[in-house]
Amino acid sequence: MADILQLLVAGLATGAIYALVAIGFTLLWQTSQTINFAQGEFVMLPAFFVLIAMSYFGLSFWPAVAVGTLVSIIVLGALFKRLVVDPMIRHGVLPLVIATIGLAILMKEAVREFYGADAQPFPPLAADINVTILGVAFAMQSLVVLAIGIAAVVALQLFLNRTRTGRCMQATAQNPTAARLLGIPVERMILYTFLINGALVALASILITPIYLAKFTNGEWLGLYAFIAAIVGGFNQVRGAIAGGLLLGVVDNFAAAYLSSQYRMALPLLILIVVILFRPQGLLGRIEERTV
Amino acid sequence: MKPVLAVRDLKKSFGGIVALDGVSFEVREGEILGIIGPNGSGKSTLFNCILGQLRPSAGDVHLDGRPVTGMRACDLNRLGVSRTFQLLQVFPQLTARENLILAGQEHRGSMLSRLIGRRDTGLSDEANRMLAFFRLDHLADEPAGALSYGQQKLLDAAMAFMAGPRLALLDEPAGGVNLTMLASLRDQLKAINNERGSTFVVIEHNMEFVMALCHRMLVLAEGRVIAQGDPAQVRRDPKVIEAYLGH
Amino acid sequence: MRRGLLAGIVLTLAAAFLIAAPFAFKPYGIFILSMWAVMTIAAIGLNLTLGYAGQISLAQAAFVGIGAYITAYLTTRGWPFWITYVFGAVACFAIGWLLGYPALRVQHHYLAFVTLAFNTLVYLVFRNEEWVTGGIYGISNVPRPHVLGWPTNGPREFYYFCLAHLALISLASWWVIRSPWGRAFMALRENPVRALSLGVDTRRYTLMAFALGAGLGGIAGALYAPLVQFVDPTPFALGLSLNLLLMVVVGGSGYFFGPFLGAIVAVLLPEWLRFTEGFYLMGYALLVIILMAFRPTGLLGLADRLLKPRSKPAAKVAAATPDAAMQTEAAR
Repeated sequence: MADILQLLVAGLATGAIYALVAIGFTLLWQTSQTINFAQGEFVMLPAFFVLIAMSYFGLSFWPAVAVGTLVSIIVLGALFKRLVVDPMIRHGVLPLVIATIGLAILMKEAVREFYGADAQPFPPLAADINVTILGVAFAMQSLVVLAIGIAAVVALQLFLNRTRTGRCMQATAQNPTAARLLGIPVERMILYTFLINGALVALASILITPIYLAKFTNGEWLGLYAFIAAIVGGFNQVRGAIAGGLLLGVVDNFAAAYLSSQYRMALPLLILIVVILFRPQGLLGRIEERTV
Repeated sequence: MKPVLAVRDLKKSFGGIVALDGVSFEVREGEILGIIGPNGSGKSTLFNCILGQLRPSAGDVHLDGRPVTGMRACDLNRLGVSRTFQLLQVFPQLTARENLILAGQEHRGSMLSRLIGRRDTGLSDEANRMLAFFRLDHLADEPAGALSYGQQKLLDAAMAFMAGPRLALLDEPAGGVNLTMLASLRDQLKAINNERGSTFVVIEHNMEFVMALCHRMLVLAEGRVIAQGDPAQVRRDPKVIEAYLGH
Repeated sequence: MRRGLLAGIVLTLAAAFLIAAPFAFKPYGIFILSMWAVMTIAAIGLNLTLGYAGQISLAQAAFVGIGAYITAYLTTRGWPFWITYVFGAVACFAIGWLLGYPALRVQHHYLAFVTLAFNTLVYLVFRNEEWVTGGIYGISNVPRPHVLGWPTNGPREFYYFCLAHLALISLASWWVIRSPWGRAFMALRENPVRALSLGVDTRRYTLMAFALGAGLGGIAGALYAPLVQFVDPTPFALGLSLNLLLMVVVGGSGYFFGPFLGAIVAVLLPEWLRFTEGFYLMGYALLVIILMAFRPTGLLGLADRLLKPRSKPAAKVAAATPDAAMQTEAAR
């Protein structure tokens, strides 16, 4: 029983991280029909911004995190939108997909070239100790990550549902034409989603890199998990991304513990295939009315 | 004599919206039936339900007495039913002739013969004849996208006739076609009807066009048939006038 | 006719280069050219599925892998190459046909993800099923085939072997594209609803597009194994699928020579710019992004635009017809 609880909490912790990445991915798709194949690399990169801020600019951890997040929001948010998405969006979805694949390669190689190919350690947010709750030992890391992840998701949900800007963003996501008619500054709303994605990937990066170390290849599997989480949960709902991420984290953790570790990835992939074929709107999604 | 097309109590809803509310009619062989009605009366939905683009919520469709409800559009096409769409749908990258060959090629031979046989599946002559009939032969080798709107409309109609259909359903064939071409289109359709004995069902908004072309008319309003009969009769029917004026 | 002449000249020069190349290049250079030929075959397959039939597939690497492993496994156990080659092509054709079924249910980005998942699953099988694939240690010492008694062990001989295959495959795919099948594929890509209403069985053609593309991937794999003479899982991961996709799109999706050009950019250039290593890849990535922004039809699309004969605008064509002449008269 204790084992299961530990696995559950650890799974929810990584799941929360996947949820953050999946939310960003979903938001981009909803508001601007952008499928960001580089989302995994977007999560890989901010950790390196932080490392660079610490080693080359001599900042201590938390200021470096602030700088890294800011750079992420600007570069992976605003610049990404301006320089990559905007010129491309009129050509349709496929060219943008290809461009983001190219972007992923660019980011990966840039890190390998300019920083190095070796895995770098990354400072964890919490000490490597165990906390005992109700007689079960949990890793402090997991609890902290889970707490932060939940806090971020809750904050985001509050923003989207309770603030005016947030509701405008939701309206833009559901129907940009109608939103425009209502006087919502759709372009600005779209920019906000990109900025939010920049922040989300930065947060996810800081949470996950301590576990897996900073390596230029992280994006490959992170991206895959983000896609699976977003689609399984429901590609057109933020709630779906949350559910998908948490589910994926838990499933992945249990699979690694009880199934063969070699085929660990197979379970999420099979779930993805089954969901796409039999319930493409995902577990929580609505059937997509908008044509691609 | 079995009617070529028999539609019985066809219904179609989209969520809460009822597009077709129990439409029934028959079309006899060699007849040209016109379907008119105000916007939103369900005319295109009717075609889509008959021809397999949509699945009807209820009711059935029979072709020569044989049930074909919900059959796939390509299977229906191979049984001899063809259609045009309200929105122009030629293939702009293919030449005019190629468009026609495409329209006929799936009716000849098998998958295998289409791979190893002749490039044009033996349809070049037929395509040329069709182009000549619609007076598009000088444009045979032009990409269809380079033709004017009216010419593309004619090509679209020609495509529907390539496979020598028993039944052709034309959705607003006159839409956007200028006056001069309109008269020749009407004559061409009448000629095909006479020569081949094909049956047509035509949706139209252009009253003069459809009155002059059709043997019989049917009026749809709010998903229901409100009048049927010969053109003159229908024109005078008070229900029809009200349906149009009421909008 | 300027375009036709130019194309003819370019093709002749290219063919001459390809035939003469081995005499000027060192063995490694010849090896890379052979790799280019093999990758072009895989890209031709993907171009058929994606460029002509409009079905997005991120699974092509899996088929190259399946073809490679079948050939490697069997030839290292003494089977003659030709049988393994046919085996691989047929197996990939069949599996590709099956992979087409999801394409009947979902489109576009969903299809991309299904094929992506399929590719990753196949990779996992390659990596884990050691008893047949050798796992991460792979299968080594894959022999090179004999063609009608002639050995192809040397780099030059094997290069011509690959080149001959490329020529045959090019002819075959040219035939398919020009046939009614090609027309049906294009109809499927451009307007499936209209195609259906004209009697085109879009279901069957979709499955066929996947099957053909996969089969060609398998053939590329069957050539890859004796080329590299070592088969392990790493080359057949998602990265290759993405790379093949880039090849097709960068070269020009739906253009016949797109794959050739795309493979040059993806296979040959990195080698010639080897000294820049990481920078080359970054440059390639940048090229892809810029190309997609300005000319998503790829390099051949760009060439097309640059060399286009004065295109007759619709009005001119219309004005040239007698009916239209009457119409413009009447309009005045």
